[in-house]
Parts: sequence; C-alpha cells; structure tokens
Amino acid sequence: MKPSNLTRWIILGIVGVVFAFPIFAMIEFTFRDGLSGGHTLDHWTGLFTEDAARTYRNLFTGIGNSLLLAVVTVGIVLIVLLPTMILVHLQFPRLKRVLEFICIIPITVPAIVLVVGLAPVYSVVVQVAGGSIWTLAFAYGITVLPYAYRAIQANLDAVDMITLSEAGRTLNANWGRILWHVLLPNLKRGVLAASFISVAVVLGEFTIASLLNRVNLQTALLQIGSSDPYVAIIFALLALLFAFVLLLSIGRIGQARRTGSDS
Amino acid sequence: MTVANAPVLVSGVAQASAQHPITEPARPSRRALRGLAKYAGLAPFAVYVVIFLAIPTVLAIVTGFFTEDGSFTLSNIAGLFEPLVLTTFASSFWVSAITAIIGAVVGALVCYALLGTRAGGALRSFIDSASSVLAQFGGVMLAFAFIAAIGSQSLLVLWLKDSFGLDIYGEGVWLYQPAGLLVVYTYFQVPLMIITFLPALEGLKSQWAEANATLGGTRFTYWTKIAFPVLAPSFFGSLLLLFANAFSSYATAAALVSQGSPIVPLQIRAALVSETVLGRENMAGALALGMVVVMVIVMWGYSVLQGRTSRWQK
Repeated sequence: MKPSNLTRWIILGIVGVVFAFPIFAMIEFTFRDGLSGGHTLDHWTGLFTEDAARTYRNLFTGIGNSLLLAVVTVGIVLIVLLPTMILVHLQFPRLKRVLEFICIIPITVPAIVLVVGLAPVYSVVVQVAGGSIWTLAFAYGITVLPYAYRAIQANLDAVDMITLSEAGRTLNANWGRILWHVLLPNLKRGVLAASFISVAVVLGEFTIASLLNRVNLQTALLQIGSSDPYVAIIFALLALLFAFVLLLSIGRIGQARRTGSDS
Repeated sequence: MTVANAPVLVSGVAQASAQHPITEPARPSRRALRGLAKYAGLAPFAVYVVIFLAIPTVLAIVTGFFTEDGSFTLSNIAGLFEPLVLTTFASSFWVSAITAIIGAVVGALVCYALLGTRAGGALRSFIDSASSVLAQFGGVMLAFAFIAAIGSQSLLVLWLKDSFGLDIYGEGVWLYQPAGLLVVYTYFQVPLMIITFLPALEGLKSQWAEANATLGGTRFTYWTKIAFPVLAPSFFGSLLLLFANAFSSYATAAALVSQGSPIVPLQIRAALVSETVLGRENMAGALALGMVVVMVIVMWGYSVLQGRTSRWQK
C-alpha cells in the first residue's frame, strides 16, 4: 500500500524543510558580520590567513588527534575484531550469539556510563603506554563495536564463507593464503563499510574525550565555540559534510554489490 | 573475485601439498595443538574486550558501593533516592519519552512516505546517509546547529519578533534548558527512527495487500487488521531504542545546557568533575548503576520485541 505521490511529497517536503533549516542556519551563521545584521566572507577567509595556524592551534590539534584516533580505531577493528569474526564464523558457530551479544553491549552501556569505569582503567593505561592521544583509540574501538560488527556481519552472512574456505583447503592453500586471497576479497564491502562508519563515529565522539580530559575535534569545537562561534560552526559543518560523504559512499558500495550480483 | 584468485590458489598446490590433511594423517597431539591454536585466535579480542569493556563496565557499576578509601557503603545508592537525583532521573525519563514518541511518529510517517521509492535510488541514498549522520554522529555539532537556528540572535527568532511581535524567548531563553533538549533531541530521534523502522515497513509483502483486496478489504482494514499488527512489535521496539538513545545521550546536552545538571548524564559529569555530589564520594558510580538498570530494562524490552519482528521478516 504505497502512498500517493502527493502524500509522499507533502510528508517529505515538510519534514525536509524542518530538518534542513538548522543546517542552512549554520551556513548563514558562518557569513554573519557580528551582530550588525550584514554578511561577510571574513570568517571563511580568516582560516587562510597567516595567523590562523596560531589562533586556531587548539582546533587543528583536535582535528589532527581525531584523524589519528580514527586511523588507530580502524586498525583495531581490522586487526582485532575482523579476524575474530571470521574465526568465529568458520570455526566456532556456537559462539556467534556470544560474539553478537558482546558487540551490542556498548549500546546498553553507553559512553557516559563506560567513562566512569574507563577513568581508573586509563590511569593504568597511561602508566603502561604513556599518555599520548592514540591510546584513547582503545576506548573508541569499543564505542564502534556495534556499528563495525553489524557492517561486517551483514557481509559474512551474505557470502558462503564456509564453502569458500573449504574450497581453499581442498586446493591445499594454507589459512593465511585463504584469508588473504579468498575470504578478505569477498569481505571487502563489509570491511570498507565498517571502516567508514568507525571513522564517522570517532570524528563525532565527544563524551569519552571530554571526560578523560583529552583533546579531539569535538572537545576543541566546543572550546572554540565560546570564543569564535563562527569558526566552530564552519568546522562543525565541514565535519558533518565529511561524515555524510563517508556514509553516502558506504551506500554506494552496498549498491555496487546488488547490481553486481544481478548481472 | 574468487574466480580471479583461483590461479593463485592452484599454483600453491604443488608447494603446499606436504601439509595436506589427507596426504598426511594428523596425529592426535597435533590435532590437539591445532585446536588450542584455534582458541588462541580468540584471545586478542577476548583480552581487549575484558580490559576495555568488561572491566570499565564492572568498575562503573561497582564503584558506587565503595567509598574513596575502599570500604563498602550503601550511602551512594541511598543517594539515588534523594529528591534532587530522583528529579533528575524523572526529567531524563520525560525528555527521552517525549522525544522518542515524537521521533517515532514523525519517523514512521517519513518511512511510509518512502514506501515505493527505489532502495538504491538517489533519494533513498541521500535520506539514509543524512539520517545516519544526524542520528549517530551529531552530538556537539547539533547543539551548534540549533544555537544558529533558534538561538536568541538567530534570523528566525529576530524575524518572528520584528514581523509578528512574537518573542519565543519572552519567558527566558529556554533553548539552554531541558525544554531546549526536547527540540534538539527530536532532531536526532526522527532520523534514528527512519534508519531502524524502514526495513520493517519494507518487509510488508504486497501479497498481503492483494489478499486483503481479494477478501473485500479496504485500505482501512489493510492498515488496521494487517499492517498494524505486523508492524506493532517493530514500531514499539524502535520506540524503545529511541528512548534508550536519548536517555544515554550526553554530548548535545553537555554543549547546550549552561546551568546545572538537569539530566542524569550531566549529573554524572558533575559527579566525575567535582567528585562530590550531595556531599558523597563516588556518586558517579551510583548514578551509572541507575542508568544501566534503566538501559538494561529498555534494551531487554527491545530485544524481546525485535524477536517478534523477525518472525515476519522471513
């Protein structure tokens, strides 16, 4: 029972306008000339002046930290989560439910709760691994678990991994070879989707960084928001746009699969 | 892709044949070794999850029962029932419940409007991605969006005041108070509903509509007798997920609320930062425990309803 075209466009139109409005308000805000009511390009061009690197040093540190954290977090997903999921899928089918349960826990135990217990854990981590920013990625690896799990699992379920790996065994390939040449190429979409969504989650993360007193993109944005709201909103817009493009490309990857298997 | 790799695999046969399980019968000890190696493969993930998920979770829940010097106390748990904390939980509950209901209804309407559009089409790709961004990664940035959109200096507010003499902040700037959270939270609840509910709505089979028509049913009977009963578990499941999402959300509130700690996550922040809320140490642990109890109940309900949903999605 599909809606008529008129109904569809009335609903989408109203909701669309309401939801686009704050985004357009952000864009408009970045061109404001103070409280004068006029508009100016100064806030955008100001980013390219010589002083910018010094004025917005903290913000650029935050961006750098967030990018580093995104890379390390994706590394954790690929090195720790992915092999475990493949192993469980192939060798321990009974543990599948357990693994799923573990990966969903971070939804039930949200960041604001986890951070209460992470504080003492990190006082140990700092002693062992030092206080550099990348260690925060250990916590982010947990935060992205539900998203990364879902992306990879959807791919695992869609491909007959067991037959593929048995075919590999029959052809006398060792496990490393099967993993690298047979399984991973078939999991490329799931792995890419998991990586992209992890990057998006890490770039948007605020709770843990803020309460463990680390600087990342979001904490830097909030800090600069009180002194230079224009620049804060410019970078918020760019970050939202970046996450949007990342997720759009996940959709594109998924679509390539659908059309690919039809032909 | 497998086909492309086949030659590589075949070329590996000659070198690797000595290790083939059929040509060389595995001795029991070796098999045991391999079994052990298999389990060892699970170790890195297990260790990681224990250190960064299990231990923090247990610590978060348990610290509420101890004082700073490590002796057992129920004083923090008793603190959960002080009027101030109860009020905080109540307003967290209401903010989550109201935004979840609005989000679920509006989100379901959008899902309905999207029925019949092509799943991989430009419109759907755009809405899917935009929904994910707004629902899951907005946080601080959404607070900014609303300060720009309906803050006291925003175009909309100034325009309403100048053109209609309507001052939406006549009674004080409510954007930075719990009332403001209602507006901003709804903004990420609707997209979350779209992501979670659309698959269920698409699971409605066209045969059911045909059967309804064949049996002389109307559009009305289709929705009340078929679609609603089938969709109800999924709808209420999504509603619970939205509730959990708002209840546990911290970043937006932290960026927006200027005074006090009107909701539980902000109260946890206050307890973590100042170490003394209600004059108690380790109150953060007790508050975290209170939150986990609510979250476990809500997510349990979600998984029960989810189980009912999947029956129809085969």
